[in-house]
Amino acid sequence: MSNQWLEREKWFDASEVEVRTGINRRDFLKFCTGVAATLGLSGNAGLAIAEAVTNKQRPPVIWLSGQECTGCTESLLRSYHPTVEQLVLELISLEYSETLSAAAGHQVEENRRRAMEQYKGQYVLVVEGSIPTKDGGIYCKVADKTFLHHVEETAAGAAAVIAIGSCASWGGIPSSGPNPTGAVGVPQVVTDRPLVTVPGCPPNPYNFLATVLHLLTFGKLPALDEKLRPKFAYSRLIHENCERRAHFDAGRFALEFGDAGHRQGWCLYKLGCKGPETYANCPQILFGDVGSGSWPVGTGHPCFGCTEQGVGFTKAIHALAHVKNVEPPAHFPRIEEEQGRGVSAGTAAFAGALGGLAVGAGAMAVRDMRKEEATAQKSDKAEG
Amino acid sequence: MKRREFLLAAGGAALATVSGGAAARDNRPVLPHAIGMLYDSTLCIGCKACVAACKRANEMPPETEMKDWAVDLSPKTLNVIKAYVDGSGLAKDHESNGYAFVKRHCMHCVDAGCVSVCPVQAMRKDQTSGVVSHHPEACIGCRYCVMACPYDVPKFDIHNAFGQIHKCQFCNHRLAEGKVPACVEVCPTGASLFGSREQMLAEAQRRVALQEGEPYDYPRLTLDAPYRHKKEAPIYQQHIFGEKEGGGTQVLHISGVPYQKLGLPQLPERSYAAMSETVQHTLYDGMMLPGAILAGLLFVARRNSGDHSDDE
Amino acid sequence: MSAYKPLGGRLATLPVILGSLVAMVALYYMAQRFMHGLGSVANINQGYPWGIWVVYDVVVGTGFACGGYALALAVYAANRGQYHPLIRPALLASLFGYTLGGFSAFFDMGRWWQAYNIFLPWHMNLNSVMLEVGLCVTAYILVLWVEFSPTLLTQLRQRGLLRWVNRFMFVFIAIGMLLPTMHQSSLGSLLIAAGYKVSPLWQTPLLPALFLLSALAMGFSIVLFEGALSTWSFRRPSESHLLAPLSQVMVALLVAYLLLRGVDLTLRGAWGPAFAGDLKGNMFWLEQLLFAVPLFVLASKQRRSRSSWLFIGGVAMLLAGSLYRFNAFLVGWNPGGNFHYFPSIPEIIVSLGMIAIEVVGYLIIVKKLPVLHSADHAKAAA
Repeated sequence: MSNQWLEREKWFDASEVEVRTGINRRDFLKFCTGVAATLGLSGNAGLAIAEAVTNKQRPPVIWLSGQECTGCTESLLRSYHPTVEQLVLELISLEYSETLSAAAGHQVEENRRRAMEQYKGQYVLVVEGSIPTKDGGIYCKVADKTFLHHVEETAAGAAAVIAIGSCASWGGIPSSGPNPTGAVGVPQVVTDRPLVTVPGCPPNPYNFLATVLHLLTFGKLPALDEKLRPKFAYSRLIHENCERRAHFDAGRFALEFGDAGHRQGWCLYKLGCKGPETYANCPQILFGDVGSGSWPVGTGHPCFGCTEQGVGFTKAIHALAHVKNVEPPAHFPRIEEEQGRGVSAGTAAFAGALGGLAVGAGAMAVRDMRKEEATAQKSDKAEG
Repeated sequence: MKRREFLLAAGGAALATVSGGAAARDNRPVLPHAIGMLYDSTLCIGCKACVAACKRANEMPPETEMKDWAVDLSPKTLNVIKAYVDGSGLAKDHESNGYAFVKRHCMHCVDAGCVSVCPVQAMRKDQTSGVVSHHPEACIGCRYCVMACPYDVPKFDIHNAFGQIHKCQFCNHRLAEGKVPACVEVCPTGASLFGSREQMLAEAQRRVALQEGEPYDYPRLTLDAPYRHKKEAPIYQQHIFGEKEGGGTQVLHISGVPYQKLGLPQLPERSYAAMSETVQHTLYDGMMLPGAILAGLLFVARRNSGDHSDDE
Repeated sequence: MSAYKPLGGRLATLPVILGSLVAMVALYYMAQRFMHGLGSVANINQGYPWGIWVVYDVVVGTGFACGGYALALAVYAANRGQYHPLIRPALLASLFGYTLGGFSAFFDMGRWWQAYNIFLPWHMNLNSVMLEVGLCVTAYILVLWVEFSPTLLTQLRQRGLLRWVNRFMFVFIAIGMLLPTMHQSSLGSLLIAAGYKVSPLWQTPLLPALFLLSALAMGFSIVLFEGALSTWSFRRPSESHLLAPLSQVMVALLVAYLLLRGVDLTLRGAWGPAFAGDLKGNMFWLEQLLFAVPLFVLASKQRRSRSSWLFIGGVAMLLAGSLYRFNAFLVGWNPGGNFHYFPSIPEIIVSLGMIAIEVVGYLIIVKKLPVLHSADHAKAAA
C-alpha cells in the first residue's frame, strides 16, 4: 500500500493546482484526503480526488439562487482547510452565481445563456433556495423570469443537479405553514435529471464539497437515500453519534436552559432536541471549523432538525422528538423472553432411566407376587 | 357415637360455620390516600432512563448473565422496559407491523396477592400510601409471593446462598425525602407519571377519551409540575389497565396496543387474594370448623382407642 | 400382648447400602445449595419458583405420608379395629414422609435461617395459606413423633413414660386426624391465590376438597403398597385379608373424587384445555387414566383378594394422586412469559436422596424396633 502511495505521489503532479489555487501541494493533498474521509472512502480515493481536481478541464457550474437567505453560500465561503471558496472557484468553472459573479445584470445573464449552450449536458446545476410555485411562481423573479422558469430551463441541459440547503431540498423555511408562495424544493420541479439534495440550514459545507468532488472524481453522484440525500452524510441519526448520548442513556436530562443539568452538558432531549429523528453527520464532522463542540448540540442548544423534512421548521422547537433509533426496537427484551431451563437430553435420560428402573422393579415385584400366589394356591388346594 | 352420627355432627358443624361466620371476603377498597403511577406506553420512547435510574436509586447491581441488559425483571432489575414487536416493527403503537414499549415493575395492587399469601408478613401494604413493600428481615424465602403475583414481580435471588426477594418498593425511601420515584423523575416524556391514584386514574380517563391527532398538553413528573409538552394524541385502547384488574392496581397502564400483547395478564375483577382468603376463612374462621371437627375426633378417638391401645 | 416385633436380621443389605450411597450424593448437593444458593443445584427460576423440592418432596411426599392419617381415620374414627396391625408401619412411613417433607421445605426455604419467624405470633399472617400449611405440618410432625413414641419407649423400656403417653394418646390421635385434614386440603388451597397461572384444568375453588380426597386416596394406597411390598420383600404372610376391605374404601374415595372432578370441570366449563392435545391436556388424561386403573382393579372382589393386584392398584393410585399434584403445581403451571422448568439431575438426586433416607430408615427401624405386627397375629385375625 505504502509503496503504491509513494509511487502515485511521485507520479502525481500538483504543481498546476498550486499555481492555480495558491495552495501548496501538501495542504492540497490533505484537503483531498479529508474530503475522502467525509465521503467515507479510503486514502487512495483521496488521491483519485486529487487527480480529478488537477484535471485542467474544470466542470462548469451554474449556481441559481431562489427563495433563500444566502446562508448556504455564506457557510460554504467560511470553510477553511484550505480556503474553500478559492478551491471551489478555481476547481470548478463557476459560470453563474448571483452572489459571487463579478458581473451583473444582462452581462451575467448573457454568460449563463452562453454557458448553457456551450456546455449543454455537461454542466452542474446548483440550486440554492426554494422555488415558489403558487400563482405561476411570480413570487420570485430574476431577470424578469420566474425562478421556476430558470430552474426548469437550466436543469434541462444539466449533467446533474445539486440542491443545496433545506429550502432547495424540500422547501425549507419558505415552505413552512401557511407557505404563502407555494414554495417547493428542487425534487418537486426537476424529476428527469440526476439530482442530489444536501439539506441543512445551512448544510455542512463539507457535505456539499464532498458531493461535488465525488461527482468530479467518479463521474456520478454518491449513493443516495430515498430523500436523495448522500448516504455518506445522512444515513445516521444525530442521536446515534451525539456526544451527549451517554446522558440520554443514563437518564440525565437538562430541564431548562441554564439549569444544573444544562450546565453539566446533560442530554437536551427534554428541551426538544430533534437528534433522535434527524439524519445528519453533524456530531461527526461538526460545523464551522472552530474546534470541538462546534455544532448546535455541542453549544447547548437542542438540535432542531434542519436537515429533516417534517421536523425542521415544522415541529415546534421544544416539542419532543420521535425517537427513531428504536424502529424497529432491536435492543429490548421481548414481552416473552425464553427463561429457565427446560428438559435437556441428559436430564431426560436420567429421569427416564429412573422411571424405567421403577417400572422394571414394580413389574418384577408383581411377577414375583404372582408366582407366590400361584404356589400358595397350589398348597391351599393340596391342603384342601 | 356411630360413624354416621359422627359424620353428621361434623358436617353440621361445618355447615353452621360456613353459613354463620365467614362471609365471602370482598376486594379490598382503594385506600383514600393511595399514591399512584400512570404509565402511558404511547409516550414511552424506550430510552430506558428509568431502568438506569432505578438501578442507581435502589443500588441494584448490573445484569451479568447472558446479556448486559435485563431480559425481564430479576433479582438485579426492579424495573424493565420490554418491547412488543410485530412484523417490520416500524410503526409505533400499532399492533401489526408495529411496536410498543411496556414498563414492568410492581403494580402495587390495591388488593395485593403477595401481601395476602406471605406467611410472615414480609410483604406489607402501607395503609396510607398503599405501597406494597417487602421486608427481608421477616422473609423466610418460601417464594409463595412469587407464585401468587399475577404480574411475576417479586424475584428471589436463587443464585445467592443468602438471597432475598427483590421488588420495586415504589422508591419509598425517596418518597420519604419528598421526591418522586426515580423512574418518574428521569422520564423524558412523562410516560411515567406520579401522583395520587385518583389523579392518575382521572388523567388516564382524560387521555383515553382523546381523539386521534388531538393535541394534548402532556404533563411530566406530576400533574402540576411545570414541565409539560404538547403532542398529538395517538389512538388509545379504550381501557385502563389496572383500574379494575385483579381488584385494581396503583400503577395504571394505558397503551395503543392491546394489553395482552404487552404481556399484561387478563385478570378477573375479583382479586385472587379475595378468592383465596374467602376459601381459607370459610374453613378457618375463628377455628370453629377445625374446633368442631377436633371435638368430634377427640370423642371418637377416646372411645375407640381403648379397644386396641398399644400399652399392654 | 406384644403383637409388634422387630423384624431382626442383617442391617447392611443391598438396598440399605445403595440407599445410603444415594443419600450421600444428595447430601453433597444439598451442601452445594447451602453454599451457593438454590439456583446452583435446582433448576427453579423466576417463573417456576417451586420445583420438585416443593412439589415432590413436600406436596407429593406428604401425600405419600398420609398412610398414618388414612388408617387412623379408619381405625379410630370409623372404629375399624382390624386395621390396627397396619397402623405402626403406616405411622412410621408417615413419620418419615412428613419429617423429610418438613426438612425439604426447610432446605428449599430461601431464607432458612429465619424460618422460625413463621412461629412468632407477631409475624403471622392469618390470611396466608402457607402459614396454615407451615404451622400445621410442623405440628403434625410433632404429633407423629408422639404417636410413634410408644414404639420407641417400649424398646427403651421407659414404662412410666409410656403409660403416661398412652393415657393421653387419644388426644394426639384426634389431633393427628385433624391436622392432615387441614393441611392436606390447604396444600391445594395454596394454588388458589396463583389464579390464572394454574391451568383451568386444575384451578378451582374445590382444590382443598380435591387435595384432601387425593391425600386420603394416596394414604390408603400407600398402605396397600407398603403392605404388599413388605409381605413380598420380607417374605411375611400375606396381609391381603386386611388390605382387601381397605380397598373398598378406596373405591368409594375414587368415585367421590372423580365425580367431584367431573362436576367441577363441567360447572366451570373448563373441559376445553383437556382436548388441546398439548402436554397439559395429555397429562390430564393420563392422570384420569391412572385414577381409573385402581377403580378397575379394586372394583372386583377376585382381584381385591390378590396381593399382586392390590399392589398394582395401590401403585396406580399413588401415581394418580402424585400426578394430580404434579399437574396442579408444575405441569398445569403457566406463569406467563416463556418460562421453562425441568428438574436438573442434582435436583432430582436430592429428591431421590430424601426417598433413599426414607427407605433406609424404614428398613433399619422395622428390623430394630417393634413396628411390624407379628405374623401370627396377622394370621390369627384372619
